[in-house]
Amino acid sequence: MKKILCLVLALAMVFSLVACGSDSTTTDDTAAAGDTASESTAEGAEVLKIGGVGPLTGAAAQYGNAVKNGAEIAVEEINALGGLQIELNFQDDEGDSEKSINAYNNLKDWGMQLLFGPVTTNPAIAVASEAQNDGYFMLTGTASSESVIETGDKIFRLCFADPEQGVAIADYIAENMADATIGVLYDSSDAYSSGIREAFETEAAAKGLNVVDTEAFTADNKSDFTTQLQLFQSNGVDLLVCPFYYSEISLVMTQADKMGYDLTFFGADGMDGILTVPDFDATLAEGAYLMTPFSASSADEATQSFTAKYQEKYGETPSQFAADGYDCIYAIYQAAVDGGFTSDMTYDQVAELMVSQFTSMTVTGLTGEMTWLESGAVSKLPQAYVITDGVYAAA
Amino acid sequence: MQFLGFLVNGISLGSVYAIIALGYTMVYGIAKMLNFAHGDVIMVGGYVISTCMTSMGMNPLLSVLVGMVACTILGITVERVAYKPLREAPSLAVLITAIGVSYLLQNAALLIFGSATKSFNSVVGVKPITLFDGALTITGEALVTIVVGVVVMIGLTLFVNRTKMGHAMLAVSEDKGAAQLMGIDVNATISLTFAIGSGLAAVAGALLCSSYPSLSPTTGAMPGIKAFVAAVFGGIGSIPGAMLGGILLGIIENLSKAYISTQLSDAIVFGVLIVVLLVKPTGLLGKKISEKV
Repeated sequence: MKKILCLVLALAMVFSLVACGSDSTTTDDTAAAGDTASESTAEGAEVLKIGGVGPLTGAAAQYGNAVKNGAEIAVEEINALGGLQIELNFQDDEGDSEKSINAYNNLKDWGMQLLFGPVTTNPAIAVASEAQNDGYFMLTGTASSESVIETGDKIFRLCFADPEQGVAIADYIAENMADATIGVLYDSSDAYSSGIREAFETEAAAKGLNVVDTEAFTADNKSDFTTQLQLFQSNGVDLLVCPFYYSEISLVMTQADKMGYDLTFFGADGMDGILTVPDFDATLAEGAYLMTPFSASSADEATQSFTAKYQEKYGETPSQFAADGYDCIYAIYQAAVDGGFTSDMTYDQVAELMVSQFTSMTVTGLTGEMTWLESGAVSKLPQAYVITDGVYAAA
Repeated sequence: MQFLGFLVNGISLGSVYAIIALGYTMVYGIAKMLNFAHGDVIMVGGYVISTCMTSMGMNPLLSVLVGMVACTILGITVERVAYKPLREAPSLAVLITAIGVSYLLQNAALLIFGSATKSFNSVVGVKPITLFDGALTITGEALVTIVVGVVVMIGLTLFVNRTKMGHAMLAVSEDKGAAQLMGIDVNATISLTFAIGSGLAAVAGALLCSSYPSLSPTTGAMPGIKAFVAAVFGGIGSIPGAMLGGILLGIIENLSKAYISTQLSDAIVFGVLIVVLLVKPTGLLGKKISEKV
């Protein structure tokens, strides 16, 4: 009897939780792991099998899904051309290194000819050493840490590295707002944030910028920024460099607004997404600057068409991660076409072809014009944008 | 003047810690268990309030009331389902169960609300006040938090010392067996304690999320741990101890951030805790209980 009562109460508890939140429940139907985006392939055409890895569920799911969605649009476009056909098998790794290796092994069994991903840095580092040892070519669209491509000569990257952003922010400020009194706020427990901050401060010192105060926070202490803001205010800071992720930036903006402290924010590419934080008053982000290689509101024709397709298919505005995914597939496609790819090539032959093509070709994608060094790094510059009337405008 | 600003923010943060710590300390005092799921009740409260306000367009005060009711029901349910069957079990089993409930709540929220951080619209409509010709601005949230903190403390002290149910709580916390012999319904008293603690957690959730407007499934975790520290700091089991511990913790955290290092504030807070416990193992206001042989 007692047990039955317990069971009923347990069910009631679960149900009440469900009932509380049924209004804001988000069903993520794109999160199904391991679905393939293979299209009906034309008879007799060459088929390139690409294995993709990234987080489709879990805390970093929005990055993984954006990359996958962007890549799928590219695959559809390319397959519709009728020439070389691409088969993309995208596996979920939940942003976890071990699961990423498992996903990679599954893809090997599936017969992939080259690897696209992983999306996040730590899994990318883990998988890169496996791929390098096995002889697979690997292109990550988004893992920005230097240690990913340092793994070996077959590992390539399509996004710029963390320090480059710090340098670019300092250069932009030196050119356009040299009189600003600058404060820096960063997440000292995060390699991405600390990396940008270090590069920024070195470059700022070289350019003679007026950096008056640097404050930090940690992953365990990232809700209360009032003390840091008070310190900035008393130091007369009017431009705050904030190289961390958009969810924390939205908090800093709200708290500064409550204090009645008016200042300009300058973020890195992690700030991309600030306009879509649920319930966040996006007008607070007006006039803020950020570094990103891609802006959905750009007048460029390719961007416009991509954005329209993306919105139609997934019902949201594409982020830079989606654009990175799209560009990755096109870069691979261009290399395959130029290098004379045929279906019967083994993965190590594909790797050889890709490495020689990537180091010699130039790709013009949504995220700019790109060439690659032998180290696997891409030469492409971060572009500063300013948020005006709720969209990114080139600054 | 700047010091005053840091101090006010510290007291405001401390008031939130104190309200959460009351939940920990009352449950510990009566059920002799550490309810580690308490921090996650705060998070549930935050989500309920936020959903009421944004999706249903309810007014903030009403939303907080709904949040309190929801959390009270949640608290009683958790107690009945997860803790009551373990009343005679070793305390370790109860502790592990509490951690289990904590993860259950976090993951349920992850499933229902998703992992993305939401921004929380403040439930406080009070305008910031400016003192000393603009040298000091105190936000409406900080003021309301401090006022609510004081009201809760006075109210709870009166409740415990002046009402029959409060006396029953004191009796159960002193000696469960004797209280039962005197005709006190021990189970009902424990449920009442969970109800009050969880209701206060919803208030804490509203204040916490209004001052620091972000909401994610792990929102309650860190404040929960800090409040637990505050309860131990003040002497766990003691209601005035939880209040004192909470407010001191908030002030120490904010001042060390302001004057020593923004990175090391947590290390300093926990360092102070260690020193206090070395000098006074029962906490600032804790009673030394000698074991009867």
